[in-house]
Amino acid sequence: MVAVRRVMLGLAVLAAAGELAAQGAPPARTLLVRPGSALPTLAAAVAQATPGSTIRVAAGRYREPTVVVTVPRLTIVGEEGAEFDGEGAHEVLVVRADAVTVRGLTFRNTGVSQMQDRAALRVAEARDCRVESNTFRDALFAIYLQRTTGCVVRDNDIRAAGADETSNGNGIHLWYSPGTRVEGNTIRGQRDGIYFEFSDGSVATANVSEGNRRYGLHFMFSDSCRYERNTFRANGAGVAVMYSKHVVMDGNGFLDATGSGAYGLLLKEITDGALLRNRFVGNSVGLFLEGASRLDIRDNDFRRNGWAVRLMADAEDSRFRGNIFSGNAFDVATNSRALRSDFVGNWWDAYRGYDLDRDGTGDVPFRPVRLFALVAERHPETLLLLRAPVTAVLDAAERVFPVLTPQVADERPLMRAPR
Amino acid sequence: MSTVSLVLRAGIRDLARSRWLLAYAAGFWAVTEALFLFGGTGPQVVLSLLNAMLLVVPLVALVFGTAHVHASREFTELLLAQPLSRRAVFLGLYLGLALPMTGAFLAGIGLPLLLHGAAADAPRLALALLAVAGALLTLAFAAVAMVIAHGVDDRLRAMARAIGVWFALTIAYDGAIIAAVSAFGDWPLERPMLVAMLGNPVDLARVLVLTALDATALLGYTGALFRRLLGTALGPAVALVALTAWAAVPVLLARRRFLRRDF
Amino acid sequence: MMTLDGIRKAYGARTVLDSVSLSLAPGRVVALVGPNGSGKTTLIKLLLGLARPDAGRLLLDGVPCDAEGAYRARIGYAPQAPRYPEHLAVGEVVAMLRALRPGAAVDESLIDDFGLRGEWATPVGTLSGGWRQKVAIACAFLFLPDLLILDEPTAGLDPIASGLLKSHLRAARAAGRTILISSHILVELEELADDVAFLCAGRLRFAGPVDALLRETGTRRLEPAVAALLRGLRIA
Repeated sequence: MVAVRRVMLGLAVLAAAGELAAQGAPPARTLLVRPGSALPTLAAAVAQATPGSTIRVAAGRYREPTVVVTVPRLTIVGEEGAEFDGEGAHEVLVVRADAVTVRGLTFRNTGVSQMQDRAALRVAEARDCRVESNTFRDALFAIYLQRTTGCVVRDNDIRAAGADETSNGNGIHLWYSPGTRVEGNTIRGQRDGIYFEFSDGSVATANVSEGNRRYGLHFMFSDSCRYERNTFRANGAGVAVMYSKHVVMDGNGFLDATGSGAYGLLLKEITDGALLRNRFVGNSVGLFLEGASRLDIRDNDFRRNGWAVRLMADAEDSRFRGNIFSGNAFDVATNSRALRSDFVGNWWDAYRGYDLDRDGTGDVPFRPVRLFALVAERHPETLLLLRAPVTAVLDAAERVFPVLTPQVADERPLMRAPR
Repeated sequence: MSTVSLVLRAGIRDLARSRWLLAYAAGFWAVTEALFLFGGTGPQVVLSLLNAMLLVVPLVALVFGTAHVHASREFTELLLAQPLSRRAVFLGLYLGLALPMTGAFLAGIGLPLLLHGAAADAPRLALALLAVAGALLTLAFAAVAMVIAHGVDDRLRAMARAIGVWFALTIAYDGAIIAAVSAFGDWPLERPMLVAMLGNPVDLARVLVLTALDATALLGYTGALFRRLLGTALGPAVALVALTAWAAVPVLLARRRFLRRDF
Repeated sequence: MMTLDGIRKAYGARTVLDSVSLSLAPGRVVALVGPNGSGKTTLIKLLLGLARPDAGRLLLDGVPCDAEGAYRARIGYAPQAPRYPEHLAVGEVVAMLRALRPGAAVDESLIDDFGLRGEWATPVGTLSGGWRQKVAIACAFLFLPDLLILDEPTAGLDPIASGLLKSHLRAARAAGRTILISSHILVELEELADDVAFLCAGRLRFAGPVDALLRETGTRRLEPAVAALLRGLRIA
């Protein structure tokens, strides 16, 4: 709370300073763009705008060359039905000024380009932009932030029907854009739903990213980011998070990523992060850890995945606590004999132990790596024997004489599901 | 009424009053009911039901079927002493054994569903496939039981053979596959593996239900043929056709043996 | 009426019947006798088409019996140890047999005489062996067959039922039907049998009228006659 109040105070001070600065400049105006009026195009209005101006865009379909905004503190607001058409050939709006707000517009049809990352709305080299409540249809890239700082991208609705990865760009694309807040957006059918690269300290909250060709969320080289309450569903390859430190993912849903090379969440070279209260449901692989270390993986639900967790040998010092493993074909698989991650106090539906001292945790350890998982790891064809009685025989034999499976054990498996 | 339907009706009437068959249906009912009470009709429950079905249906069909054929030996002779064709008597006897068993299985898993209704998250397709697969397995193994019982007149030896067949197909077959794959692991095994699945009705039934229920892991495999089969309706269709063939082939074998044998 | 012509039957290496030729004449009761394992049951099964001969022919009124078994419409058969689906009632068994042969003339008098109506609703599985045998015998008589084949029919019958059976057999003989009875109890047969067929180790050692057998063996009763036959075989 204290932190929030401090930020609010800071914003208020900034706003007051802005007011003061504006007094020296020409007075802010409100301009109305309407087809057939004196201001029939957005470009014409932008040309007349002064810093702090508001441009209202009336309903209508606007076909005009790419509009470039260089006036700071401009607010562009679309009325219901204000649509900009890229005519399959060009970008629609490029913002190259600080503190510009774009709200309530509809962007359509940028067309496909193999030469440039063509975006319906591009914000470049600017600070504090706000992109809110816009609609994007069939844009190669919908919202493209490059070298921005402190922007907010909120409540946009992005949809594309591109046939494949090459004719399809990302929904929300951040490149060298630290401190961005991405909230409440819906992205469907793009290549990557949300893409972060070199964008430290950004936050993504309550977005829905589903049915995208490649990743629902794809981010790299972006330290200290937070992801909260987002839903990633049925994306071609799931979610990939790579080469970053201090990432926190809390309360997200990673759902229905199926196929070889599809992961609910792929973590590669991630250190010192936390995965809290996320749901991994119905993925071929729920959580894939490669070169990930010192992660706090706590209170997540892993349900009905092919593999709930796959740990590569180079994943180390991660800690799994209080997670639920239920209905997965394999709870934990690894290509390593000696796993250097801890499982303590998780709930496993396959656990058959007892609790004589009544402390809520089982008295015998649970070994989550099945012998059959090892067999399938080496000879994936044997996956066809999934759920065959013989695999239970194998596992039972291994439980009695544990010689082959790695010595991974939850020494204090929970007797009751924690949630 | 035709010979087939008359003999069949006698079989149904007889078995409908049989305590063994009633116990079989009641057993499935109890298991299904218990699973529903604990976990609704979600995918987990259907998985447990699948495991129970894969072990119990072939075993009961084989053991009960073999015992029933032996117990019906004198009745069969009485029927064959009538001016009836062996073909018709065979079909009547086979259906009179297989249909009541199928009915008992379907009633056991189906009635709890009808009584409680399927939950919203119930994998309906998987449940339907489970019922179909169980029915086809019953038809297949009832016929295998007839092949065994009409080939071995000694009851104990026939029973031992029935249990042997059950063990071979539910456990040993898959165990041999794992051993073979481990031995030949460097070879491309995708195709041989798929062929091996076609060779065993129990595996077919399992894979068929899994395609609708628990394919997340199967879809994680990289083999192209695999993915084409498991990721589309092609795989379940092939499995269903093969399983039907599996139900038909033992029937033909049993018929051949029945037509040729001396009583 | 029915003729076996040079019948041979082997199960594996074991020859059960060898060169058996036998004619069953209308209006006569034939006693099929022989020690255990002599091939009596196999012979009956061959007559019914339950087993198939390796060599030889089966003729009915001079016509070879069809493989489909339509000729069996003229045969009534009661096995030695009859069993029916346990949970079917007596009435259901009879009804099923009648339904299997729609339009056939029936004689249910033995059903009434044996008192089977009183057990009409009783499941066959709960009947004693003797009662099951009554059901089987009554069913054998049901369709007024030209040839009655009874395997050890009196073994489990009480004296009253046994007497009833005999009177029905006499009536059938009088009506010109052929009757083949296989039995150990020669005393039972003695009163009824017109002809004797004696099987031993798969071969037919004697076939002919009872009188001829008694004359040949110099005995006055069937039992010592058969014993004499057996002795003669052992000596030879």
